[in-house]
Amino acid sequence: MNVPTPTLPGPVGALPARPPRRWQVPLMLAGMALLALASFVEVGVEWRRLFTHDAAQRMGRFLGEMVDPAREPAFLARLGVAALQTLAMSAVGTLLAAVAGLLLALPASRVPGQPASRWRQPTRWLLNVLRSVPELVWAALLLISAGLGPLAGTLALALHTTGVLGRLFADAIENAPDGPAFALRATGLPRAQTFLYATLPQALPQLLSYTLYRWENNIRAAAVLGVVGGGGLGQMLSFHMGLFHMRETGSILLATIALVALVDLLSNVARRILNP
Amino acid sequence: MLRPDTASATMGAAATAPDALAVDRYRDPAWRGRVFWMLAGVALLAPALVAVEFKVWLLFAPENLKVTLRFLADSLPPAVAGDFLAMVLRETWRTVAIATAAMVLALLLAVPLTLLSCAALSVSSLSGRMHPLAWAMRQAVRALLVVLRSVPELVWALVFVRVVGLGPAAGVLAIALTYAGMLGKVYGEILESGELHPARTLLRNGSGRLQAFVYALLPGNARELTSYSVYRWECAVRSSAVLGFVGAGGLGQQLDASMKMFNGGEVATILVAFVLLVALADAVSAQLRRMLG
Amino acid sequence: MPTAGLAVALEGVDVLHPAARADAPPALRAFSVHVAPGERVAVIGPSGAGKTTLLHAAAGALRPAAGALRVGGEDVWSLSAAALRRLRGRLFLAPQTPPLPPRQRVVTAVLAARLPQMSLAASVLSLLHPREAPAAFAALQQFDLGDKLWERVDRLSGGERQRVGLARALLSPAALWLIDEPLSALDPARAGQALRALTEGARARGVTLVATLHQVQLALAHFPRVLGLREGRLVFDLPPGEVTAARLAALYESFEHELAGAPPPPPAAESRLQVVRC
Repeated sequence: MNVPTPTLPGPVGALPARPPRRWQVPLMLAGMALLALASFVEVGVEWRRLFTHDAAQRMGRFLGEMVDPAREPAFLARLGVAALQTLAMSAVGTLLAAVAGLLLALPASRVPGQPASRWRQPTRWLLNVLRSVPELVWAALLLISAGLGPLAGTLALALHTTGVLGRLFADAIENAPDGPAFALRATGLPRAQTFLYATLPQALPQLLSYTLYRWENNIRAAAVLGVVGGGGLGQMLSFHMGLFHMRETGSILLATIALVALVDLLSNVARRILNP
Repeated sequence: MLRPDTASATMGAAATAPDALAVDRYRDPAWRGRVFWMLAGVALLAPALVAVEFKVWLLFAPENLKVTLRFLADSLPPAVAGDFLAMVLRETWRTVAIATAAMVLALLLAVPLTLLSCAALSVSSLSGRMHPLAWAMRQAVRALLVVLRSVPELVWALVFVRVVGLGPAAGVLAIALTYAGMLGKVYGEILESGELHPARTLLRNGSGRLQAFVYALLPGNARELTSYSVYRWECAVRSSAVLGFVGAGGLGQQLDASMKMFNGGEVATILVAFVLLVALADAVSAQLRRMLG
Repeated sequence: MPTAGLAVALEGVDVLHPAARADAPPALRAFSVHVAPGERVAVIGPSGAGKTTLLHAAAGALRPAAGALRVGGEDVWSLSAAALRRLRGRLFLAPQTPPLPPRQRVVTAVLAARLPQMSLAASVLSLLHPREAPAAFAALQQFDLGDKLWERVDRLSGGERQRVGLARALLSPAALWLIDEPLSALDPARAGQALRALTEGARARGVTLVATLHQVQLALAHFPRVLGLREGRLVFDLPPGEVTAARLAALYESFEHELAGAPPPPPAAESRLQVVRC
């Protein structure tokens, strides 16, 4: 810029001393950079292979076929059924998880001001285990007992989501302001009823919000559980992709995206209605 | 929640028109709505349960139960042979490596997309409505982010496995693309819901967009941004384990192999390794967030 | 070498409040005022008179529904986007709430005033190693804040933060300063000193200064020209000697408590997004 810099009256006296730099942050950043570098070395992504003519051709062929999605009525009918099945899986799984999570959240939360019950640690540990194992792994395990089909997928979703929601619910219950509950406890009301009449109504909007948000995540999970044999869109996808039917794959992907968008919309609308 | 109907019934049985009004006044206004929603819920639930083939009792049918119990019996003791454990450790490290490499790529992709889609850096909207071209571009970038997010990473992995072959590269690319969409969306939300005042003032006084980002938006939101990014890394660790199921390397691939051979002991060990890995990532993530916060 | 000031002129301007309904009365009606280069003008008036709107309109931050804005002789709203940005670099608009990110250090916050002049690379480097720290220190000293150079903004009091926002003006390359309520969070002793530093800084550089003030007596004491606004209209445009008590009473009718020096209400707090964790 050719605007002249204004000449200021100069500083009077010496500048105050600059505080010493903390060493933790640069060290941590260095550690993270090292980890990133080591990761790339380990993964050894052969970038050259990605951009070979062959790979580009294959990608091009896939995209080309997907752009012309399959539209035969018989196929679309099956697609619709699979989509509904996936939707039902996500809804039932989330619902089961919300109920189970709420039941487990009670022993997993502590009443403010009182020492934690002896069930708190074990319940939290159980919720963590449920949460750590991803839905797909649960589904693969449940296939042994339940066989192929959406039941395994639904139960897998329910198990994993119970862990997630249980912990979120427990945290929300613990963090709810204690005023009303304290007043009820002071009159001698037992713990379960205090929960029903004071804590639950307070925490309910937050719990519903978490559940609806989790439904958004579960529709994505449900769509892919079929890949290991869990029914719905995922099973169709795995089938047609395995046979390189890219046109059908394109339709299934579009249906998946549409279903995910639908559930996102429903969930957002519901959350806005509940929390104006 | 006392039922007022009983109260009014006991109040005055020998009442006339005013009493009829009183009963109406005491009916719980939420009653009808609640009944409606409960019936609607049940009406939706029944077909859903059918669609899902919710025959839970089948789990306990004799043949299934036998298979389950045999598998459970096989799981103990978990396999702890030296070379197997070494392999599990190696695969665990590979899982972490896939996740970290994927996050780096996702960040490289997400940051420019966030900057492009963020209305907080819009110069045209400083003085009223946003310029229509600028608005269209921001919506287009957001649509791209939505598409990236909506396709589950497993699907990307399936596609990439066929393009670049089996192995960790497919997993890295799949997670990178999906997570770029998620990071881009949440970064945009964090920036736009934070304090816009410092950035807009800088823009009003003529500074460049990237300057306003670095001097105002970034310092104002650094804590949320890093917290979410670290949390997403932890999710990536879990995702990359899962992607192994379709051949993208890591613990998941080994788990799939052991399950197909019905080797309960190996499955048990890998599951334990998995739970430990997630717990470790959780702890590291919480520690990092505490240090940065 | 002092910076030459920019003239700013509003000609028959109607400005609507950005969040207002379509049928609401305009915040500024048929407003005309000419400010010569290097002039120092105070704007007084009761709440809702349109003082902040006037500043934002003059800064090119609010597009008028009617009328023209000329800065340095150019019609601002007919400029191209690039020319508009260059023009914005030549003016300094200081809003009422200090626009300082909480966790930033004071030195960086003050040096941000120089951003329009700096390249992107230089500005990023300055974040890590502020080379112009002495200039920032000198500016802060004018407001008696020299010792806070390396402090974090969120460790300062409200009054100190406001003075840091004012210190930015001393560093900016702008030729037109538009300052909104510079003294709202300051106690009377500091207010006088800060206003003096501001007006002396403007006079030394020859920049044009337009400031809205609630503190009527300070406005009359420090500025050679006073504009009185009420309900979006210019009521008077006089040197302070001709602003009689009667005129002030008429200007502040039904807002007498503001004449006595009640502070304007603080702006509403913003809510924070909750990012849900799984």
